[in-house]
Amino acid sequence: MTISIPSITLSNIGPLLTLTVAGLLLLLMDALTPKGKKGYFPYLSLIALVIAAVQTTMLWNRSGTDFARMIYVDNFAFFFYLIFLLATGLTILISIKYLEDYHRNLEEYYTLLIFATIGMMLMAAGGHLILIFLGLEILSIAIYILAGLFREDVKSNEAALKYLILGAFSSAFLLFGMAMLYGATGSLFLDDLAQAIKAGVGTNPLLLFGMGLLIVGFGFKVSSVPFHMWTPDVYEGAPTSVTAFMSVGTKAAAFAALVRIFFLVFPEIKMEWNMLLWGLAVATMTLGNVVAIAQTNIKRMLAYSSIAHAGYLLVALVAANQLGAISFLYYLVAYTLMNLGAFAIVILVARKKDDYINIYDYCGLGFQYPALAAAMSVFMFALAGIPPTAGFVGKFYVFSAAVEAGYIWLAIIGVMNSLISVFYYLRITVLMYMRPAEADLGPVTMTPAISSAVLVTAAGVLAIGVFPGPLYELALNSVKIFVGL
Amino acid sequence: MVVPLIYYIALSSALFAIGVIGVLIRRNAIIIFMCIEMMLNAVNLSLVGFADHYQAIDGQMFVFFVMTVAAAEVAVGLALIVAIFRNKATVNVDELNLMKW
Repeated sequence: MTISIPSITLSNIGPLLTLTVAGLLLLLMDALTPKGKKGYFPYLSLIALVIAAVQTTMLWNRSGTDFARMIYVDNFAFFFYLIFLLATGLTILISIKYLEDYHRNLEEYYTLLIFATIGMMLMAAGGHLILIFLGLEILSIAIYILAGLFREDVKSNEAALKYLILGAFSSAFLLFGMAMLYGATGSLFLDDLAQAIKAGVGTNPLLLFGMGLLIVGFGFKVSSVPFHMWTPDVYEGAPTSVTAFMSVGTKAAAFAALVRIFFLVFPEIKMEWNMLLWGLAVATMTLGNVVAIAQTNIKRMLAYSSIAHAGYLLVALVAANQLGAISFLYYLVAYTLMNLGAFAIVILVARKKDDYINIYDYCGLGFQYPALAAAMSVFMFALAGIPPTAGFVGKFYVFSAAVEAGYIWLAIIGVMNSLISVFYYLRITVLMYMRPAEADLGPVTMTPAISSAVLVTAAGVLAIGVFPGPLYELALNSVKIFVGL
Repeated sequence: MVVPLIYYIALSSALFAIGVIGVLIRRNAIIIFMCIEMMLNAVNLSLVGFADHYQAIDGQMFVFFVMTVAAAEVAVGLALIVAIFRNKATVNVDELNLMKW
């Protein structure tokens, strides 16, 4: 018997290899370096991320599959690689000071962030259901540990356990859905699934059941209503830097896999799923925005706001046309920048001892720290979708995609939801500039790392808001793989 | 004797449903984990059934990945439960209510 080994090109997974090596190296060095000499670890991980980003840009415009069709090598995956690397890099920048303040500057933290990034990349590139599942679990298990990083803090414990139970619960739904898809078509490759559906197993009840379970599983991961219950608790209890990472990274990765599966495998049976997702999108936007109004804890408020943003992203998914896919990518970049920026400010304002995470702690920030307040206002305007920020352009693309696909009411509901969201985002701005300070915040220590993170995000939000063209072109290049749209 | 495919689907769906109900109604964190394991094993059963039906190997391969991942998940989960037990001396999820669900 002869065994044929498929030909592989290692450079196709170059960024993943770099990060894997970097993660393992960090773990090894952690064991060998004496205590107190580990201050350069975060910068080392940043270098690895930069190398991976350079490799990704060098791979740009490659197309096809590799590793016996297990991995998609295409611009869609590369675009997501860059989003993930950006999110991880910014998270590392905002974490250093925060972890030092809590005496938890553990080196494993950076290793786990890097491993989580690898998981996210596998989800974006996976061409086989096993690979998507593995990517999801690599990501999730790293984040379960990160959420429970403050071992002595009961809130952190609670958040980690809740996330673990609900995460494993939703993974089981996702897996059962994958098993049903396998049962309906006899293959686990996304290509083969798409072909089988084209060939006419579209109305097979097993297939529809599997698709429904996939929606449930991914719905948990992207925190769409009615599977959102864990989000506020986990976001509140987890360390703030981890919350920032979760709110952009996990969501982007789950959406990457969701979009790839739905636009590549299920476009033929669009009629079966778009009304379901229509309902999910409306419920997610509305509940997220309405409940966010009632929150006084800023982390909880941002958690509900992230639920609402998942709703806007679902609108782009429902539209299922080319503009929808483009707006989806654009919106994710914008969301990554503005949300991480907002969390950077939350970390700066909230310091040890008294956690200043009540929104009334932001009273008078505009007089004490004008630059900080100005940056926060930019992020709040962007999240609310006010021009000339990236949030506005993103929402404009998303809702035009919905109108183009004929979902006028969905666009109207979305715009009304943005109006509701203006209330709670602008409340922060009003508190910062129009109320006297209630408590003395004390000195806010700006380190170069976190200042540069705030600067990059604020500049990015404004830059891609004023000049959306180049990013639009990149996104257009990336979604050409979805021929069915 | 050949077991019809529908039997596999019915049994795994029943197991999965029992697991879901267990997660929703039991309050002990360890039992909740056992119920999640049951859900994962229901998936494994259906994968093996389908692999047998299609005379293909990939379904059985998937089972190994699921088992490995489940073990990793439980390792993290038990570590978290130990950390919680040290802080609060309970593993009842109803008493983990610092933040409202």
